[in-house]
Amino acid sequence: MVIHWAHTGSSFLASFLASLVECVEALTVVLAVGTVRGWSGALSGASTAVALLLAMVVVLGRTLTHLPLHALQFFVGILLLLFGLRWLRKAVLRAAGQIPLHDEQAAFTRSKASLPRLDHKHRWDRVAFASAFQITMLEGIEIVFIVVAVSAGGPGLLPAASLGALAALALVILLGLVLHRPLAAVPENTLKFAVGVLLSAFGTFWTGEGAGLYWPGADGSLPGLVAGYFMVALFSVALCRKRPRSTATESH
Amino acid sequence: MGWIKTICKEGYGLFVDDGGFASAILAWVSLVKLVLSRIPLLHPWQGVVLFVGLVAILVASAVRFSRRNNVNTHP
Repeated sequence: MVIHWAHTGSSFLASFLASLVECVEALTVVLAVGTVRGWSGALSGASTAVALLLAMVVVLGRTLTHLPLHALQFFVGILLLLFGLRWLRKAVLRAAGQIPLHDEQAAFTRSKASLPRLDHKHRWDRVAFASAFQITMLEGIEIVFIVVAVSAGGPGLLPAASLGALAALALVILLGLVLHRPLAAVPENTLKFAVGVLLSAFGTFWTGEGAGLYWPGADGSLPGLVAGYFMVALFSVALCRKRPRSTATESH
Repeated sequence: MGWIKTICKEGYGLFVDDGGFASAILAWVSLVKLVLSRIPLLHPWQGVVLFVGLVAILVASAVRFSRRNNVNTHP
């Protein structure tokens, strides 16, 4: 029972944190579209995409329950590994100062500048609809993948992961309505670091389970994997940290 | 139809942005699945071996990127 709750809780948390990052990025562009082109096109584009994404989760979730569990865990585990380790590597490099941090305010300004202004109100603004739809679909597909992937461990995990994603969506919509500006204060790289750790741990565990490998402590090894990836990622940040040029180097 | 192409490209980008890194992960998983199950002595360590290989790939890839980046920034 404790192990089951550990899995459900980790699925919810991974899905919530990952969805939070993606929803914040989508909100930035939807806000820019709404500000420049008007809200009806922006909101209808975003909500159409959300409806399509929800349908994808339902269809994929139902389909996956019919597949053999070990084959599913192995396939989804590998995809999670590729996805999670890619996020973790990027978060490590960002934390070490090797690649720049994502700036929501700059993304908002860029998005606004890239959209032509509307001189007079049209009844149907295709540009606003398409821009909001595209960004919501792009960020949302990542959420759909994460929700479906972290649910691959058992039939009870899909509701927990879906709830995590919906909670993140609701939180970002609420903050967007209240603040009416990009959520630049959200510590995006810290969230990505945490999500990278969780998804890499899930990916490693499912891949091993699917391949029929032995895990010491069975399901209980999942928290150990999370701790292991966290320690290694912190160590990697220290190893990769950008060092200022030494005086010796400068003198040459 | 442009957006379908963009979504497909983004879909691939979800899993691969450094080809070498992704290939190393796939190679290690394949190696562990094919070889480890045939060595009974390593049975209790199978999961641990998978994890150790993956973190080694992560650290090596991040360090290699940083070194290359540092050389490019301060030639």
